[in-house]
Amino acid sequence: MLTSALRSIRANLTRAALTLLGVLIGVGSVILLLGVGSGASAEVVSQIAGLGTNTITVSAGMSRGATSFQDLTVEVAEAITPDNAPDVIAVVPEVSTSATVAYGTVSTSATVIGTTPEYFSVTNSPLAQGTAFQAADAAGARQVCVLGADLAYDLFGADDAVGRQLMVGGAPFTVYGVMKVKDTTGGSSGNSSLVAPLTRVQRSLTGYGSLSSITLQAASTAVVEAAASEATYAIAEALRIDAADATFRVTTQEQLIETSTEATSSLSAMLAAIAAISLVVGGIGVTNIMLVTVSERTREIGIRKALGAPWAAIAGQFVIEASLLSLTGGLVGVAGAWGLSHIAILGTRPVISLASVWLALGVSVGIGVIFGGYPALRAAAMKPVDALRHE
Amino acid sequence: MTNDSTEVLPPVSEPASAPAPTTNGDSPHYWNADLPVIETRGLTRTYGGGESTVRALVDVSLTVGPGEFVAIMGHSGSGKSTLMNLLGLLDVPDAGAYLLDGVDTSSLRGDELAQIRNRKIGFVFQSFNLITSMSALANVELPMAYADVKRSERRRRAFAALGLVGLTNRASHRPSELSGGQLQRVAVARALVNTPALILADEPTGNLDSTATAEVLDVFGELNQTGRTIVLITHEADVAARAGRIIQMSDGRIVSGSVPAGATGMGIAPVGAAGAWSPTTALGALP
Repeated sequence: MLTSALRSIRANLTRAALTLLGVLIGVGSVILLLGVGSGASAEVVSQIAGLGTNTITVSAGMSRGATSFQDLTVEVAEAITPDNAPDVIAVVPEVSTSATVAYGTVSTSATVIGTTPEYFSVTNSPLAQGTAFQAADAAGARQVCVLGADLAYDLFGADDAVGRQLMVGGAPFTVYGVMKVKDTTGGSSGNSSLVAPLTRVQRSLTGYGSLSSITLQAASTAVVEAAASEATYAIAEALRIDAADATFRVTTQEQLIETSTEATSSLSAMLAAIAAISLVVGGIGVTNIMLVTVSERTREIGIRKALGAPWAAIAGQFVIEASLLSLTGGLVGVAGAWGLSHIAILGTRPVISLASVWLALGVSVGIGVIFGGYPALRAAAMKPVDALRHE
Repeated sequence: MTNDSTEVLPPVSEPASAPAPTTNGDSPHYWNADLPVIETRGLTRTYGGGESTVRALVDVSLTVGPGEFVAIMGHSGSGKSTLMNLLGLLDVPDAGAYLLDGVDTSSLRGDELAQIRNRKIGFVFQSFNLITSMSALANVELPMAYADVKRSERRRRAFAALGLVGLTNRASHRPSELSGGQLQRVAVARALVNTPALILADEPTGNLDSTATAEVLDVFGELNQTGRTIVLITHEADVAARAGRIIQMSDGRIVSGSVPAGATGMGIAPVGAAGAWSPTTALGALP
């Protein structure tokens, strides 16, 4: 039966190729768009993982009744101690604001982050040049800072930035170091930020009010959840509220990864669903061409029936032919999608998974059986005497 | 008929010790020497309905014994093609009974009919009806494919059948590369490859010139000589003359020749003529 299906396809090569094209485009676009989705989520995951998978972010929020805003203050940050949160090994308070940064005639707007020296290790921000500020700088509220890679380039070009003095919101700051280029699209600590001691930023720019966030580092990735819950209770106690009523948010990196993966995968599923419509159109093409084939070969069907072909042999022959047609389309579609996956689409390198390839090939065989089924049943149901009379 | 083909194609009549006849067509290699191959009673077939009803076949009762060579004659529209379709189980009658080789076919449907066609009937058509995309050998193999014969056995028997019609050297040719007479001989090879109880030929020489007609008729003659039952439809008197008995049809009825000459009722007596049937002549045809 397979040989006879191949023979029949070979006999109408152009027609078969055009039919195949429908399935090809359908399968190819489904695979490619699924690949774009998984490529995008892989990128997001690697970005978030770049921030350190054992970090926890505490951010302020409105209370449920929206009557009071619960401040995350330095006192709150200091309330998280090794005693009440043994799994937390570092507490990094942050304030962040926007300020004009000027050097000579060059001036630009930058995100100014006021924090403690642990910031650099906890947020995985190593330095390319110079040194980070130290605990003594923080304690003395010295006017020193570390620049993001882009900011340093904007201000100093290729020149060495270390040791220079620049103006931040009107106050002079000495550059201690420059951070390495970070791969961050989603993170807040971009390459164009300026990091200075918390006390100094509060005194010069933000005042002694609320912190923007507190970043915690867990002892290991295994205890991130435990650390998060310990910190929640510690903060709730400091704020004198019940932990269940907590209005601040405690987010682990894992949760961030989950949330963004969910978002990208639902987006890619939607794209693939749209592409699947073209697969259905391809399938209708298979039905169409098989109907033509059956009608052309009515006489042959009659001959085979006269010679004693059972129902299943006739139906099977056309189903196999249709499946072969759509499977070939599927294979070429997979190959095409694989080829296109080397090109970035929507800014993302698609990642084609083996599972989606098997799925697509399975679906294309399914299309052959389903969309080839109706013509095949029609062929098998013919009365031999009528089929033989067909000219 | 060559020696190797007699070895390949089993003898036309089974020895007396043959197993009881089966009715499911599972054993295509023998048939019943003591039963008529064809026995119909009151076959009727009408087409259409209402005022435009065409009574193509009216109350046809017919008996053909094993080893007979029967020609069915009649003008176009006389119902001979309708009869042929019913005898070939390609169509079902509106009324009447048809026993093919002892099997009552009236209750059979679909795949059961297909199996009976496959095991008990060999068709030869006016327009050859070979599958154009397949070689002569593959065409001859086709009925055996539906009888679940093994590939190597299929090849062997198909070659033997082609040898029987003198076309072994054309086995790999496509139908488009063969002459009309050759095409019809391939069709005959295909018809006899499953050793059917009955060879049904519908105007087999209708599309052939006189040389090819003679070739094909010679093949039929030889087959009949070896005891095969042949029913042939024709409107040419000289073709019909090769048969042992001529059935004349007109307006959907059999005018003459519905039972073997000399037979009384359903009990059939020998006539002694070439191609006529009796239990004794049938047994005598054993090689």
